[in-house]
Amino acid sequence: MKRLRLVVQLLFTIVTNGYLYGFLNGKIYRGGLKYVCVPGLNCYSCPGAVAACPIGALQALLNQRGFQVPFAALGFFFLFGSLLGRFVCGWLCPFGLVQDLLHKIPVFNKKKRLPCHNVLKYGKYVVLILLVCTGSMFLWGGFAKIPAFCKYLCPSGTLLGALPLLSANEILRSQVGGLFLWKLGILLAIVLLSVKVYRPFCQYLCPLGAIYGWFNRFSLVQICWEAEKCVSCMACERACPVALSRKEISRSPECIRCGKCADACPEKCLHFSGKDRC
Amino acid sequence: MDFWRDCRRCAWVIGALIGVFLLGLGASEGQFNVIWKKAVIICLECIGIG
Repeated sequence: MKRLRLVVQLLFTIVTNGYLYGFLNGKIYRGGLKYVCVPGLNCYSCPGAVAACPIGALQALLNQRGFQVPFAALGFFFLFGSLLGRFVCGWLCPFGLVQDLLHKIPVFNKKKRLPCHNVLKYGKYVVLILLVCTGSMFLWGGFAKIPAFCKYLCPSGTLLGALPLLSANEILRSQVGGLFLWKLGILLAIVLLSVKVYRPFCQYLCPLGAIYGWFNRFSLVQICWEAEKCVSCMACERACPVALSRKEISRSPECIRCGKCADACPEKCLHFSGKDRC
Repeated sequence: MDFWRDCRRCAWVIGALIGVFLLGLGASEGQFNVIWKKAVIICLECIGIG
């Protein structure tokens, strides 16, 4: 399962960022696929991106003159969330893959969580409300509507969008200033933290994870726990990268459906399923 | 009890249908054009310039 997940993550990242011409020339794809969103956090200003970012799309709709309910973005969230929940985070998000790879770097005393996890885990909801929704509508920059999450926080935009574009586009490079350095600092902090702590951005800051977490309770893809077969060996809890208990696995908004619990279970009482009780 | 359990089991279908309905509403309001227009120009905010 571990290898399968890595293959799926790599393939999905390559397919959804497959516009090679953009990487070579510092330009972005302008085709019809950008009418739709990918499920994961994938900056649409990445030179290779062939579709839109769902959080960027939500902010673009909220940034319109006058208030409109962002039906299209909500539609993508409901569709992807109801079918997959946070399986998107575990299997289909390019920035999740980056953090997974960084966490493979061997360092002493790896952590699953940061101290004060039970408070910090609500950070992603604060980011969703303050930066993505309220920020996009009116909070930052006076009443000029701006995509506050993309502008001030999103490390995916810096890594997948800014760095490849700036390396290939001299005009953009000449305009770099303090804001870019701020975002680069955030990216570096998350990169360094990811080596030590498992997916810090996903656990504490990602607004998309906050949205999909809400769907985890009832999404189609679930990790099924057969309680009667369980021998309480706790192998699943030790294997869980976000330190969930066996009763929380799958239904918790923090579960990213990575499947490590299912791999670790000696009795095979945890497995992917289309229903949450077996 | 069974009723609520069944409801939860089919909640993903209801959620997916709501998603399709919202996508249709978005399409009728021209929101896909807004997404496309934003996605095909380099987002200066996203890359830390704007």
